[in-house]
Amino acid sequence: MSAPVKLAARMARQEGWNRPPVIETDNETQLFEVSMGPHHPSTHGVFRMDVVLDGERVIKLKPMFGYLHRNHEKLAENQTYLASMPYTDRLDYFCSMTNNWAYALAVETLAGQAVPERAEYLRVIMAELTRIQNHASAVGFLLQDMGASGTPLMYAFVQREKILDLFESLTGSRMMCNYLRFGGCRVDASAAWLEEARKLVAELPAFVDEFEEFLRGSEILMARTQGMGVLPAELAVNAGITGPMLRASGVDYDIRKVDHYGIYDRFKFRVPLGDHGDIYDRYMIRMLEIRESIVILEQALKEIPGGPVMDPKAKIRNFRPKPGEAYGRIEAPKGELGFYLISDGGPNPYRYRVRPPSLINLTILEDMCLGHNVADVVLIFGSVDIVLGEVDR
Amino acid sequence: MPEGRGFEVKTVEEIKAAIEAAVPGAGVEIVTNPGPSAQHSLRLAHEHAVAVATFLRDDEELALDFLSNVSGVDWPDKEIVEKVKVTRPVTKTVDGVEQTAEETVEETRKRVEPGSLEVVYHLYSMAKKQGPVIVRMKTVNRTDDVAVPSLTPVWRSAEFQEREVFDLYGVKFTGHPDLRRILMWDEFKDYPMRKDYVEPDDFEYEPTAHDEVAARAKAHQAAAAQEGAGA
Repeated sequence: MSAPVKLAARMARQEGWNRPPVIETDNETQLFEVSMGPHHPSTHGVFRMDVVLDGERVIKLKPMFGYLHRNHEKLAENQTYLASMPYTDRLDYFCSMTNNWAYALAVETLAGQAVPERAEYLRVIMAELTRIQNHASAVGFLLQDMGASGTPLMYAFVQREKILDLFESLTGSRMMCNYLRFGGCRVDASAAWLEEARKLVAELPAFVDEFEEFLRGSEILMARTQGMGVLPAELAVNAGITGPMLRASGVDYDIRKVDHYGIYDRFKFRVPLGDHGDIYDRYMIRMLEIRESIVILEQALKEIPGGPVMDPKAKIRNFRPKPGEAYGRIEAPKGELGFYLISDGGPNPYRYRVRPPSLINLTILEDMCLGHNVADVVLIFGSVDIVLGEVDR
Repeated sequence: MPEGRGFEVKTVEEIKAAIEAAVPGAGVEIVTNPGPSAQHSLRLAHEHAVAVATFLRDDEELALDFLSNVSGVDWPDKEIVEKVKVTRPVTKTVDGVEQTAEETVEETRKRVEPGSLEVVYHLYSMAKKQGPVIVRMKTVNRTDDVAVPSLTPVWRSAEFQEREVFDLYGVKFTGHPDLRRILMWDEFKDYPMRKDYVEPDDFEYEPTAHDEVAARAKAHQAAAAQEGAGA
């Protein structure tokens, strides 16, 4: 395993930044309860936080869920395995490709289904493109949350649109791709499509350099993110935090490296780690992960072999896995996305469970926000990077 | 287990032996998985569950510091229909004389196997990069004894997930710090993920002012109709 990237060397961290002092007074204060959301632009969807404030400072915060709950799991238990595939797109609607992959991996583990070589490469290409557009948008949303209204987010969306155009030309849909099948992929990518993808990947490093300047070159951003919402590594592990949030706290755990699912052991890439576990680290980790994804994409697009994209033995109709159970998980852009399936030998899953990284990463939201100003809650919450379609399911 | 999809350093038998050495009388049972994934699991007894979980987390070899996933599973009551051969004495009248003879008949018997609710925990080790180890617990039945011990004091990541299992399956986690509904609203009565759940016709029926007006209008119309008939 290659050594993790030492983040501190790359960060223009301003040590000893003079934060305005907290003014202590003898004035008697009254606690104030605020309901942030569900219709608040900073909550990235319909999510509510019940916040108790002492002046500007947060002393209690309870997240409230369920505004987007449609019992995804029950729906999936009442239809065939394949019929849930397009529905997984709607979990984390920013990253439909990785949702597809996690579900396909769980079903393939359940049924003992093999995947052809070319399909594995296509899956890696799709997942890494998804990661790039998710992380770019997450950083765009950070700048939006800090008040840089519109422009930086749209700037991130320029590259995202190009990636979505690629998805659309291959799968027919920008966001609801429904691309994977148990034992392969739905359609093959043409040589022209791969050429387009190579062109796009060649453009990306320049975009990341420029975009990183937004993070590193802004004094306001430094002041508002460094040392804010610190998450200690021990708490992060115990609370089941995964993905860029965990690695920003310095825990070296990337499921692509740990499980080697798919063909990730063939690619050379590094796992960036943070030192401080604050908001700034979380965003820098995402920028660094974009760079590593570009490295993976370059290798995958170079090495992709020919051949079929579906296992010829894969069963599409009358698919009934043998009785048993399986848990399959992948490193989705937001963390560990897992599917737990129990088969009773019938055409429907007996039990279908989604392990949503967005929901579980919110477990420590209160711990991170306590003692901070209410304006910083928006940033800390944004740095978790959630999508409500996956939180509420 | 297929290569590249997680790996186990110890088999479930070895883990069971380690648990029983550390927690005497732990009552761990192996649940084999017949499917191709071969992810076997361990069923814990309620009274030792927290001790066993703490051992699994703190043991240096296992170091299962990361609880990934908590799922509820519903196993409803099963009606089992069996055909049993029964031999019984039969009295027959042959040529006016009563005779008793043994006769073997096939009888259909029904019995109900009581169901239960199950909670499944998927554990991994971040320190040792190994896993999964799967542990599960069962409730006594599905109606009045639905408690299992909460593992939130051991792994904080169970906090929201156990709340979700409580919300959708109705499993009561004893020792959970904040056991409330999480996805459904607080006034909701039933447990929607259970297999026998029937959804109501109208989820959010509340009597409104309109109902009162409609009732008064109906009474008025009835009175008017009677008046019309009388005239």
